[in-house]
Amino acid sequence: MKLTLEIWRQKDANDKGHFETYELDNVRSHMSFLEMLDVLNQELIEKGEEPVAFDHDCREAICGTCGFVINGVAHGHMKRNTVCQLHMRTFNDGDHLVLEPWRAKAFPLVRDLIVDRSAFERIQRAGGYISARTGSAPDANSILIPKEQAEAALDFAECIGCGACVASCPNGAAMLFVGARIAHLGFLPQGQPERVERAKAMVAAMEQEGFGACTNYTSCEATCPKGVSIVGIAKMNKDYFNAKLFSGGNLGGKE
Amino acid sequence: MKLEAKIPSGPLADKWTDYKAHTALVSPANKRKHTILIVGTGLAGGGAAAALGELGYKVKAFCYQDSARRAHSIAAQGGINAAKNYQNDGDTVFRLFYDTIKGGDFRAREANTYRLAEISNEIIDQCVAQGVPFGREYSGYLANRTFGGAQVSRTFYARGETGQQLLLGAYNSLNAQVNAGNVDVFERTEMLDLIVIDGVARGIVVRDMVSGEVSSHFGDAVLLCTGGYSNVFFLSTSAKGCNGSALWRAYKRGAAFANPSFTQIHPTAIPQSGDFQSKLTLMSESLRNDGRVWVPKKAGDDRPPNDIPEDERDYYLERIYPSFGNMVPRDVASRNAKNVCDEGRGIGPTKRGVYLDFAVAIERLGVDVIKDRYGNLFEMYEMINDEDPYETPMMIYPAPHYTMGGLWVDYDLMSNMPGLFVLGEANFSDHGANRLGASALMQGLADGFFVIPNTLGQYIAKGKHPDVDPNCDEVRKVEQDAKDFNQKLLDIKGSKTVDYFHRAMGMIMLDKCGMARSKEGLNEAIEKIGKLKEEFWADVKVPGTGESLNQELEKAGRVADYFDLAILMCLDAREREESCGGHFREEHKTEEGEARRDDENFCHVAVWEWMGEDQAPQAHKEELEFEYVELTQRSYK
Ligand SMILES: Cc1cc2nc3c(=O)[nH]c(=O)nc-3n(C[C@H](O)[C@H](O)[C@H](O)COP(=O)(O)OP(=O)(O)OC[C@H]3O[C@@H](n4cnc5c(N)ncnc54)[C@H](O)[C@@H]3O)c2cc1C
Ligand code: SF4
Ligand code: FES
Repeated sequence: MKLTLEIWRQKDANDKGHFETYELDNVRSHMSFLEMLDVLNQELIEKGEEPVAFDHDCREAICGTCGFVINGVAHGHMKRNTVCQLHMRTFNDGDHLVLEPWRAKAFPLVRDLIVDRSAFERIQRAGGYISARTGSAPDANSILIPKEQAEAALDFAECIGCGACVASCPNGAAMLFVGARIAHLGFLPQGQPERVERAKAMVAAMEQEGFGACTNYTSCEATCPKGVSIVGIAKMNKDYFNAKLFSGGNLGGKE
Repeated sequence: MKLEAKIPSGPLADKWTDYKAHTALVSPANKRKHTILIVGTGLAGGGAAAALGELGYKVKAFCYQDSARRAHSIAAQGGINAAKNYQNDGDTVFRLFYDTIKGGDFRAREANTYRLAEISNEIIDQCVAQGVPFGREYSGYLANRTFGGAQVSRTFYARGETGQQLLLGAYNSLNAQVNAGNVDVFERTEMLDLIVIDGVARGIVVRDMVSGEVSSHFGDAVLLCTGGYSNVFFLSTSAKGCNGSALWRAYKRGAAFANPSFTQIHPTAIPQSGDFQSKLTLMSESLRNDGRVWVPKKAGDDRPPNDIPEDERDYYLERIYPSFGNMVPRDVASRNAKNVCDEGRGIGPTKRGVYLDFAVAIERLGVDVIKDRYGNLFEMYEMINDEDPYETPMMIYPAPHYTMGGLWVDYDLMSNMPGLFVLGEANFSDHGANRLGASALMQGLADGFFVIPNTLGQYIAKGKHPDVDPNCDEVRKVEQDAKDFNQKLLDIKGSKTVDYFHRAMGMIMLDKCGMARSKEGLNEAIEKIGKLKEEFWADVKVPGTGESLNQELEKAGRVADYFDLAILMCLDAREREESCGGHFREEHKTEEGEARRDDENFCHVAVWEWMGEDQAPQAHKEELEFEYVELTQRSYK
């Protein structure tokens, strides 16, 4: 099939950036979206032009490296998908596709379709972990975890850290991502001792990075490739609320 | 070249405990004075950075992705082994050790493999403490599944995303140490070269992949945890960025390369669908627990699978290997898939494929149980192939997946070069000629969290480690070499893309140095790859400059190294005149077509030393001694 691609080109953070249009023939239905871009890039290089820069690594929808916006939708039109696992058979001959990077204040542009997601790193470092010194753990079966609870933790732990939730949020909020991290650990008995501190530290870091506030658009949930639920946001808010209560000296908080 | 494995004396089961009891320690106050450079943030590197940070070392960790959490360990699907014996099915540390040694076709070191089995249990404890949500029974106890090459159920898992969950555990621990100020992480930073001063590893030269800036970092030890080099085949289950360059450049500075040709071709990946294909997607081995492998009995049978009656199907693994059936080790499963396809019985559009059929399991257990076990893998399959595996059998074919070979290390995980340590898939030590499923995650975490914290101290405590002068000639020269290398690639301005060359090399490698090898074929490969390499250096086209983000330049550097590594792999495969594990030489097989080892002449690790550009490398040997296991003809019948 044949496609028209309108792609955002920007040399670096200081460049103004613009759309460039490319025509691509011979797109085959078995290709993944990134394989289609590989073909475009081979053509560009052969013609002596600069290839389009885009982030990717595993190409199996698990590393969270890839991601850009296709016709206004983060990771494209297929539900629960990443661009690396989006297949060309879901497009039509003659389609006109507009490709843009994640656009969010907290994700500065690096080049073309690549953005800088290091804000996510700083949030996770602020407290998104269980402090478990190596070698000090008790036998793995000494604390039983009901299957449903372990599965619930895993539902949130599946977040791949891609940033689509931020890109699709009109406010550029990172709530779904941070909520997922907090809910994952918060569902496990091992995560309880630091639960309240964790929420406090991560939310503070999130606010510092310039992510927007959550006003319940829920577009994050709709585009999340891993189907992470906004229930995580509620859990985060609850932990954070408790954190506030505790730090204010008010012991009325129940959990 | 001196190759001293430094295996502690004493009974096998006591070696590691005794080692820890007698190893030299570095005082907590002094640890802070020692900088440790760790290249790679997968299970091995991420684990090492976290554990060494906890001990108080000053750690700098590097990865080429934009986050440490994206190392390719993230993609592991099926599970991780441990000898917990939670199933009461007769598992012990010795059995895990024995299965691993036998699975590796008796080409791994006993002491290292035993230590790995011993540590396996601590790993599971540690992961659970970090918050890894492993699969559980309804009772709340941890669940297990069975993996190939074993008759006990010892594999722990988190759906089909075990690697992701384990890596997040290690990543979280790493982050805790970043927050504590003990670890600095350098993302989007690629190691270009190793700085060696007076024969000792003292630093690395790196390139900032966004700004293009080339700079050096110095430390008292360098840990390479850079994963495997299966991408030498172009198409593999590795991530696109996985590379052999850190290892190769260390090799060119004097580190020895062990068993470079020992590679694993995984039996269950989704077959290639076209020549634009950029990678192969694995379908976890755990699927063979419930899936049955078959092809039509008749060559050229084009009927859809569900129209082929039961008595016209050949469940060839169950037929040939009645006692292990579909759960034979990977090398055996892959080779048999190749054989039936060579006989013209392959299926699918390319005829290079076999069926993996869940019909019986679904009938026995119900769709829900199968969904619970493999739901996300089935989804992934459907997404890629547009076919519902609950209805139609999956099509699978072997794919390059794992490299057992790597830099040579001793019991301490130190290479032959003082100060240079190698962990995880990047080293050669634990899996011999074939790795059993669910044992690489185990090795990565063992090396990173449990081995290196105990063995590094010995080296740090005993040496002097004077400061490195950043302006000394050695440093200047390595930095300049690294810059020149990239500039040379940019200056060629030829007519063909990097991918063109990589694909062409991959095809030769897969054909001649893949599942079946012969002297003749390997000679042919060496010649062809040599020519292709010449063409690459004369005609490759790398656009852009070195002074900014340049993905083509990154690729070009990796492919340049792959050419040399590919030739070394072929040499190694040619020298080893026997068949063992994944290394199958057409000239050396039993009457039944199985691998025939030659323990008399090849019970050794083949270790290669770089002798200079355009010089043949020198071959060395580390003889393997087996005190606790008897070398037998591996049989899964
Ligand atoms: C699809 C798939 C499924 C698998 N499933 C299983 C399984 O179920 N069970 C199992 O036990 N094993 C499995 N394996 C194998 C296992 O995942 C790997 O062997 C293991 O995770 C490797 O870990 P590592 O830490 O050694 O390397 P990796 O996780 O690959 O990490 C390598 C690190 O090195 C960095 N790096 C590399 N080169 C450079 C450079 N030049 N400069 C800077 N940084 C560099 C990378 O950025 C990365 O951080 C699977 C592998 C694949 C591909
Ligand atoms: S919550 Fe979903 S969209 Fe957001 S980073 Fe995680 S996986 Fe991506
Ligand atoms: S490339 Fe890894 S998720 Fe798409």
